[in-house]
Amino acid sequence: MSESSWFRTKPGIFTGIAIIAAVLLILPFMLASVGTAWVRITNLAILFALLSLGLNIVVGFAGLLDLGYIAFYGVGAYTYALLASPHFNLHLPFWVILPIGALLACIFGVMLGAPTLKLRGDYLAIVTLGFGEIVRIFLNNLSQPFNITNGPQGVSRIDPFTVGSFSFSKPETLAGLVFSGPIKYYYLLLLVLLVVIVVNVRLQDSRIGRAWVAIREDEIAAQAMGINTRNVKLLAFAMGASFGGIAGGMFSAIQGFISPESFVLVESIMVLAMVVLGGMGNIWGVILGAILLSFVPEILRYTVEPFQKAVFGKMLVEPEVIRMLLFGLALVLMMLYRPAGLWPSRTRRRELASRDK
Amino acid sequence: MATDSDLLLQAVDIEKRFGGLTALSNVSLTIRRGEVYGLIGPNGAGKTTLFNVLTGLYRADGGSFRFDGRELAGLKPFRVAESGIARTFQNIRLFGNMTALENVMVGSHMRTRAGIFGAIFRTGATVREETQVVRKAHELLAYVGIDRHANNTARSLPYGDQRRLEIARALATEPKLLALDEPAAGMNPTERQALGQLIARIRADGTTVLLIEHDVKLVMGLCDRVAVLEYGKKIAEGVPKDVQRDPAVIAAYLGTPKTPAAGAPA
Ligand SMILES: Nc1ncnc2c1ncn2[C@@H]1O[C@H](COP(=O)(O)OP(=O)(O)O)[C@@H](O)[C@H]1O
Ligand SMILES: [Mg+2]
Repeated sequence: MSESSWFRTKPGIFTGIAIIAAVLLILPFMLASVGTAWVRITNLAILFALLSLGLNIVVGFAGLLDLGYIAFYGVGAYTYALLASPHFNLHLPFWVILPIGALLACIFGVMLGAPTLKLRGDYLAIVTLGFGEIVRIFLNNLSQPFNITNGPQGVSRIDPFTVGSFSFSKPETLAGLVFSGPIKYYYLLLLVLLVVIVVNVRLQDSRIGRAWVAIREDEIAAQAMGINTRNVKLLAFAMGASFGGIAGGMFSAIQGFISPESFVLVESIMVLAMVVLGGMGNIWGVILGAILLSFVPEILRYTVEPFQKAVFGKMLVEPEVIRMLLFGLALVLMMLYRPAGLWPSRTRRRELASRDK
Repeated sequence: MATDSDLLLQAVDIEKRFGGLTALSNVSLTIRRGEVYGLIGPNGAGKTTLFNVLTGLYRADGGSFRFDGRELAGLKPFRVAESGIARTFQNIRLFGNMTALENVMVGSHMRTRAGIFGAIFRTGATVREETQVVRKAHELLAYVGIDRHANNTARSLPYGDQRRLEIARALATEPKLLALDEPAAGMNPTERQALGQLIARIRADGTTVLLIEHDVKLVMGLCDRVAVLEYGKKIAEGVPKDVQRDPAVIAAYLGTPKTPAAGAPA
């Protein structure tokens, strides 16, 4: 895109942003009028968008295939759960725990990164997959001899976010509008998502972001340019893991209950699918992927059954089956027609543009 | 006689084996500050291997490099780059999906400081540094004559311009020694001539150049001194016109039948 056409489209972009902002602000009330469940679903979608953005740093920018990413989500979630629940009878405020969770996840990220520095592609995928499973198995079994994680039962009655007497879990009426717990969390999540997007955009257009992409493109050339590939890769793992840790802490507070079930391999694969489907390396594509893969299954869940009942008079195919069918089909079609994702990264599009000339 | 401080690089008895194959045996050479030093020899002579050992990509089986008063042996590639050696690759290794400009900006990586926090908070220092990096990258692209490609992806550039981009990227690291591995490969005579002028200009602007090249005309016109490798051994060294007349060199290039030399591949 040339400089001048960029300026010409700018007013359009501003109106676009204003419209999107307005829609996002009234969205929870529109959703709530359909059903509170949809607000919760939206909140989970935003959490997945946060996760995808974190994983995008590792996979999209630095090109390191990570199949155990959900482990960092788990670390963040358990950090919050253990420090803000009756389990240890600790009730620290969330603004203390979230940074701790991010830091712990970051340390876990480096622990995963350090031994795998020399691995690429399939080999890295297998080791990270194993790492994710190890964390899950620890969560499952650290109930003996000391009960740290409460094993498969998980941790319940986790504190919601509170600031003074303001609790994110209690409904409140303001100017005639009912702000339910999920709606309050929605606004908080939206704010966090905004911050994470800004952080991602800035990282992408920075010296470190370029070093990540350089490593993805050609590690040997990157070294020859004086890039300490070890440190820069560890930084990618650490940054990605921290985002996962923060998202995990919020998940914990929003759900009020967590168990190792939430941090299984399928979840890692789901987040990876969001990154790949949306467009690896492109922040907006990744968010799109997260939203699509979060909403489509839920929409199916609420439409497939009534639809079949109405048409055939009975259920023929379970929503879950249709979901997996569509998911598989979508991935196959993607590989065939849009291998770079629905919304490919900037550099990919530029490549196509320069080919047209 | 050259004094010690005139010497930029001293390679002493460099040895490199791949299994049973001796790719380099007892190769010694010295490069003086400010010269263009040519490294020639038939395919498979070990020229690229010497580059790879020098830049830390391969570990030498023997010998040492002394660069600008420091020992290089055992340093990681990025440390070698930090000490002031930049290189290009015989099989072009650009960051294909990045733009030409971004490729050169990556070259500035180790001469700049901005970290995670600077990037996230867009501190004044980071913004200033970034502006500087962009400006320098444009200057270097213009220097090698491809600024018109600044916003095109590296892989979409014509072949000759990709080689120029590799040179610009290497120069962005502010090297004392620029090592070029067959930069004219795949170029037509006009492009070669222009490349020769570029290399001459780089040298005139104060960077020492180590040049691997097959094009005899280019080498003879540019280089102050030349070393000839054959089967991993240095068979001649000197000013181009002497080396050109050396019977061993003529034999190596014309492939005169001779008894298998020691050190030749089994
Ligand atoms: N990584 C490697 N593994 C095994 N053999 C290699 C390797 N690199 C180079 N060689 C061998 O070393 C010899 C010298 O190769 P090279 O340095 O590329 O020659 P030149 O650059 O002079 O054409 C060749 O016989 C080549 O096959
Ligand atoms: Mg070679």
